[in-house]
Amino acid sequence: MKIGVFVCHCGSNIEATVDTAAVARIALTYPDVVFAEDTMYTCSEPGQENIVQAIKKHGLDGVVVASCSPRMHEPTFRRTVERAGLNRYMFEMANIREHVSWIGRDREANTNKAAELVRLAVEKLRRDAPLYAKQFDVTKRVLVIGGGVAGIQAALDAADAGIGVVMVERESTIGGKMAKLDKTFPTIDCSSCVLAPKMVDVAQNPNITLYAHSEVESISGFVGNFTVKIRRRATYVDWDKCTGCGTCTEKCPTKNVPDAFNENISTCRAINIPFPQAIPKKATINPDYCRKIKEGKCGVCAKVCPTGAIVYDMADEIVEEKVGAVIAATGYDLMDWTVLKEYGGGTYPDVITSLQYERMMSASGPTAGHIHRPSDGMEPRNIVFIQCVGSRDCSIGRPYCSGFCCMYTAKQAIMTKDHLPDAEAYVFYMDIRAPGKMYDEFTRRAQEEYGVQYVRGRVSAIQPTVRPDGKVGYIVRGADTLLGKQVEVDADMVVLAVGVEGSHGAGHLAEILRISYDHFGFFMESHVKLRPVETNTAGVYLAGVCQGAKDIPASVAQGSAAAAKVMALFSKPKLENDPQISLVDIKRCVGCGKCIKVCPYQAIEEVDVRGAKKAHVIETVCQGCGLCTATCPQGAIQVAHFTDNQILAEVNALCQC
Amino acid sequence: MNTIRLDKARDPAFKRQVEKESGQNLSLCYQCGNCTAGCPGAQVYDRQVSQIMRAVQLGLKEEALKNRSLWLCLSCSTCSARCPNDIDVAAVMETLRMMARREGWVQDRPIESFWKAFLDTVKYTGRSYELGVMADYMARTLRGWGNLEIAPMALRKNKMPFVPSVIHGREEVARIFKRYAEKRS
Repeated sequence: MKIGVFVCHCGSNIEATVDTAAVARIALTYPDVVFAEDTMYTCSEPGQENIVQAIKKHGLDGVVVASCSPRMHEPTFRRTVERAGLNRYMFEMANIREHVSWIGRDREANTNKAAELVRLAVEKLRRDAPLYAKQFDVTKRVLVIGGGVAGIQAALDAADAGIGVVMVERESTIGGKMAKLDKTFPTIDCSSCVLAPKMVDVAQNPNITLYAHSEVESISGFVGNFTVKIRRRATYVDWDKCTGCGTCTEKCPTKNVPDAFNENISTCRAINIPFPQAIPKKATINPDYCRKIKEGKCGVCAKVCPTGAIVYDMADEIVEEKVGAVIAATGYDLMDWTVLKEYGGGTYPDVITSLQYERMMSASGPTAGHIHRPSDGMEPRNIVFIQCVGSRDCSIGRPYCSGFCCMYTAKQAIMTKDHLPDAEAYVFYMDIRAPGKMYDEFTRRAQEEYGVQYVRGRVSAIQPTVRPDGKVGYIVRGADTLLGKQVEVDADMVVLAVGVEGSHGAGHLAEILRISYDHFGFFMESHVKLRPVETNTAGVYLAGVCQGAKDIPASVAQGSAAAAKVMALFSKPKLENDPQISLVDIKRCVGCGKCIKVCPYQAIEEVDVRGAKKAHVIETVCQGCGLCTATCPQGAIQVAHFTDNQILAEVNALCQC
Repeated sequence: MNTIRLDKARDPAFKRQVEKESGQNLSLCYQCGNCTAGCPGAQVYDRQVSQIMRAVQLGLKEEALKNRSLWLCLSCSTCSARCPNDIDVAAVMETLRMMARREGWVQDRPIESFWKAFLDTVKYTGRSYELGVMADYMARTLRGWGNLEIAPMALRKNKMPFVPSVIHGREEVARIFKRYAEKRS
């Protein structure tokens, strides 16, 4: 076997602390190495061409590149060796950047370690064998989890491209958080006017199957061939019969149900349609409040329903769908701001969240767009907005910026001035973060045109007081750090710009999808800059705030981006598997079946070989995780490209160094 | 106000010294102003807490140490409780007070005298002795008759006994003072 070694400078990234020329010289002493050299940028076009020429000139059978992490450039170099006529798996990479040059300053020690890592790679390469991918069919349908604006955009774009879409939404209507908003920044256009047509498109598009009031129960399979179990939670209304006429919601006698769509600032009936533009516009019974379901008495809705759609004994239903890709677009929830006792911890009725204020300003909201404070219905004169509530606050474990609060606070302050021209709006802020198109101009407009009073400083506490006229006021005590003074406002109402976190249950879903998530319930993208919509699980993509705080334009853009990724995946007639998968040596296999039990992909089956039980790997299903290899008592099942012999050879090489 | 030449006026060693003595990382402060917002003494301060923190961040020693705020601080720790970055601001203020005394930059002698008077009585009796504090304070400052009108009430309620009450372990308390003096020398 003839091996070529290429040691990369990576500019000064490696060369600064590793003598790459020395590494190349040492590499020439390793068995089977016939060619070694150091190059400036191996991944550059001339660098790759150099490899191709060396393979041809020296008749190389395999190549080692000592450079960076294989995460980014292993695919690059595999293509390079393939161009020169080698099998793409006759290539190994030694990571002498992240594992050597970036972490140590001692040039001599670094050079030695780099040479040792090259030796490992050479020993592994000597035991490599050509591998060939198998092709398999793709189910050209995509599952979109979450029907907010990001999910809607992804679903519509994919459906437009002729891809079948299965959309699963947890609430009884799609629309997400955007449907709750009154207006959107920086244009102050009506939120539901721009969103509702898209929601209708989802309902009417023949390529989209919508499961509202449903959740993903489990997902099995792999890229191109997922099987999804969806739990359709009982709505107690036969949606095929329900026409959304609303008679039941008028007649239902249970009126004390917290209205989740209105952020609990009002109540609704036990049978409810969240809002007039709901998609699907169907009634749902809340079993925690319905008298018929709880106590067996009542049944008014069933009596008044003109289509006989009410089914009190409805049970959850599990449906199964086959898809080839998944887009997670599960959005966000507000963090639990009641931990902030200095702001009342949720006990002051007139200290509300920005989402509650949004519902209050909405014409279709509980106050029909009139701003009245919750405690006594008074029209507020002084309204204080507090930003960064639960954002950029390490003391409660929230170090991150929620991204869009500066903008919606400016919008709400402007809207306040529109609704109540005589009212004063104060905004306590730390920094104004308005980097989008027309964004900074928008926050300037709030101050210059609308006279919103911005105060630079945090608010330390809100103290309720009783004023001489007997009405309740709220002393908001903060700082104006620009003035260098403590300041107070006697407010009628306080609106908190509460920070966001991943939607509740996001962590559980991430585990079902086998993707990573962070402390705050946000899903992890594959690469923070270059693969922002992919995850590390093939065929699973992200859209919207579930990946990190972002505003509506960015969520829509990411929805479209995720759909584009799915289109690219489905554009191939067949997918190729990664041939680095498990293979059974049937001479060694004793048919104990342990590998079948541990396999997380159901990729191993039992077969009969001349009367003996043996394990058999379904090649297109196996993902090469190696659990079976670690479990097999006989060492009979081995992951190609990572066999026991290869790993032992690496360990031996290391011990000889 | 004079322009501060940052390249000349900054004393990075001062910031490091404050960080070392207070055990706090001053770089964590992003100047949100919540310490000032919650401070019950803010109305009488000549420099707000957040401004003092800023002065330390920049390494402006005189700005940080030469002010009355340090001596008006009540050590109530509301600043520390409110800090979103978990900085113990009160500990920083305490450190600055000690530094100001060492540097001879105390801006409010009477308050410093009161401190000394209080600590003296603790040193000798193991606990606070009100009449002793008063006498000591008056002697140090040659004033203090201003509060004399509360004396009859305090005497009547037995809040100001003539004989100091002495605790068990008075010697141990005295030893704390001794050890501190030894450590400083």
